[in-house]
Amino acid sequence: MTNIALKRIANTLRQDIISMLVTSKSGHPGGSLSAAEILATLFFREMRVNPKDPQWVERDRFVLSKGHAAPVLYAALAEKGYFPKEELQGLRQTGRMLQGHPDMRKTPGVDMSTGSLGQGLSAANGMALAAKLDGKDYQVYALLGDGEMAEGQVWEAAMASAHYKLDNVTAVIDYNGLQIDGTTDSVMSSAPLTEKWRAFCWNVIEVDGHDVDALIKAFAEARQVKGKPSIIIAKTVKGKGVSFMENQAGWHGNAPSVEQGEQALKELREEALTLG
Amino acid sequence: MVDKIATRDAYGKALLILGAENPNVVVLDADLSKSTKTADFGKKYPDRFFNMGIAEANLLGTAAGLAAAGKIPFASTFAIFAVGRAFEQIRNSIAYPKLNVKIAATHSGITVGEDGGSHQAIEDVAIMRAVPNMVVLVPADGEETRQVILAAAKYDGPVYIRMGRLAVPLLFGEDYHFEIGKANVLKEGTDVAIMANGLMVSMAMEAAVELATEGISVSVVNVASVKPLDVETIVRIAKQTKAVVTAEEHNIIGGLGSAIAEVLGEKQPTPMVRVGLKDTFGESGRPQELLEKFGLTKAGLVKAVHEVLAKKLG
Repeated sequence: MTNIALKRIANTLRQDIISMLVTSKSGHPGGSLSAAEILATLFFREMRVNPKDPQWVERDRFVLSKGHAAPVLYAALAEKGYFPKEELQGLRQTGRMLQGHPDMRKTPGVDMSTGSLGQGLSAANGMALAAKLDGKDYQVYALLGDGEMAEGQVWEAAMASAHYKLDNVTAVIDYNGLQIDGTTDSVMSSAPLTEKWRAFCWNVIEVDGHDVDALIKAFAEARQVKGKPSIIIAKTVKGKGVSFMENQAGWHGNAPSVEQGEQALKELREEALTLG
Repeated sequence: MVDKIATRDAYGKALLILGAENPNVVVLDADLSKSTKTADFGKKYPDRFFNMGIAEANLLGTAAGLAAAGKIPFASTFAIFAVGRAFEQIRNSIAYPKLNVKIAATHSGITVGEDGGSHQAIEDVAIMRAVPNMVVLVPADGEETRQVILAAAKYDGPVYIRMGRLAVPLLFGEDYHFEIGKANVLKEGTDVAIMANGLMVSMAMEAAVELATEGISVSVVNVASVKPLDVETIVRIAKQTKAVVTAEEHNIIGGLGSAIAEVLGEKQPTPMVRVGLKDTFGESGRPQELLEKFGLTKAGLVKAVHEVLAKKLG
């Protein structure tokens, strides 16, 4: 898949995020929009998966540790063909399969139930250990938030990934700098992230998380580095792609109104035109 | 002299059986492998043993990931750290997605002894019982522990197994049969039933012998499977005896006594007395002395039987 096609997919994911949140009247737009290029690059370029066989044992795994960004994952899974796109309109509704946070028992393509922050990297490590035991070459990807860095379990897991030399683990931090109560620097500073992860013996790669070319290179490097896990610190903009949501902590967990949704979709469609 | 073995020792031996039988069985520990008795598995199967260090949240979270990728992880630490420190990992990473993780916790209850109240889990059964999808098992002796561990490995889903530090009398032979969801009636009687688990089962048997000399006929029921609970057997025995004493090395709030009271309250209202810790923490001391201090003894059970019989007749 060409890089321009990945950018178009990221744009589509953003439109789907807005559309499903307008319908559900609930959910987390900011941290979903910020991860659109990351998910597009993973699901449409990097990961070995088969939507027709979601439980394929050889598949690469994806753990959305920042589980509140479920809308971007659901949009990617639907776009990839795991389930019909119409299902996106059932987000967060009673009796439907798209739960507020990812549920591996309800949604095809979800490899781990997540949502309570701090737990995803541990699960990714467990899958990576299983891969090594079974002599399988699948990769395990985990997407974490930067606010999530305050959870102690992240660092327990970080220590363990390096201790067990889990070079089949690639973590990505959606480094958008904002969390519910404000900037990450004001709530609980996690800086300097690069130095912290290096000190935990990880291979650290810093990229612009909206630059698909840079993401492609970063994932390629992560796959090549042996003997240690890799982490991609992806600098992103929370609410990316929707002018009134960008860099606004207030859009962490509030759904847009119908009018706001229309405005957002208008902007995103205009952006799509520029992508050819 | 009765042979004694701690349930944690039986656990360590059972893991070796599983290690040989099933290549998918893996074991994780949090720097307590000599105490939890997982160390022997680690020596024999080093590739399938993961010491996670003193990091219980990650211990349980990693076990969840291993299970999601098809392994059968047994994750071990002391009960207080598994259920206490890592509760929410157990709840959200294991039970919510119904992953096939066995939480094999040792050093439950006051018979941890000298380490004191900070290390004596007395609320773990209550907490684990309240979590959907969780099976809760409390074996009484070495043989039952062996069978519990093998049954847990065969069952597909999360299981909490509560074991102890103290050597306890061997009650059962290989002809004994444990099954998840089944209680075992060890002795049929007509006047009163003692329903117990863990180390209280052997004391219940001794109490039954003593009470027989007073002309009191006691049923003894071993309720190792706290969840799912064998409602049918519990109701049948309660109907037969019309008086029930429960006995557990756990707070009387939320554990076995509560589970049985819930069932009987709805299906077969029966006078009851719950023997256990009376909503109090433990303390440092020799295990046997602590059991005596808190009334978790044959004498304590005999007293409770007299109390419940007074209620039944009154």
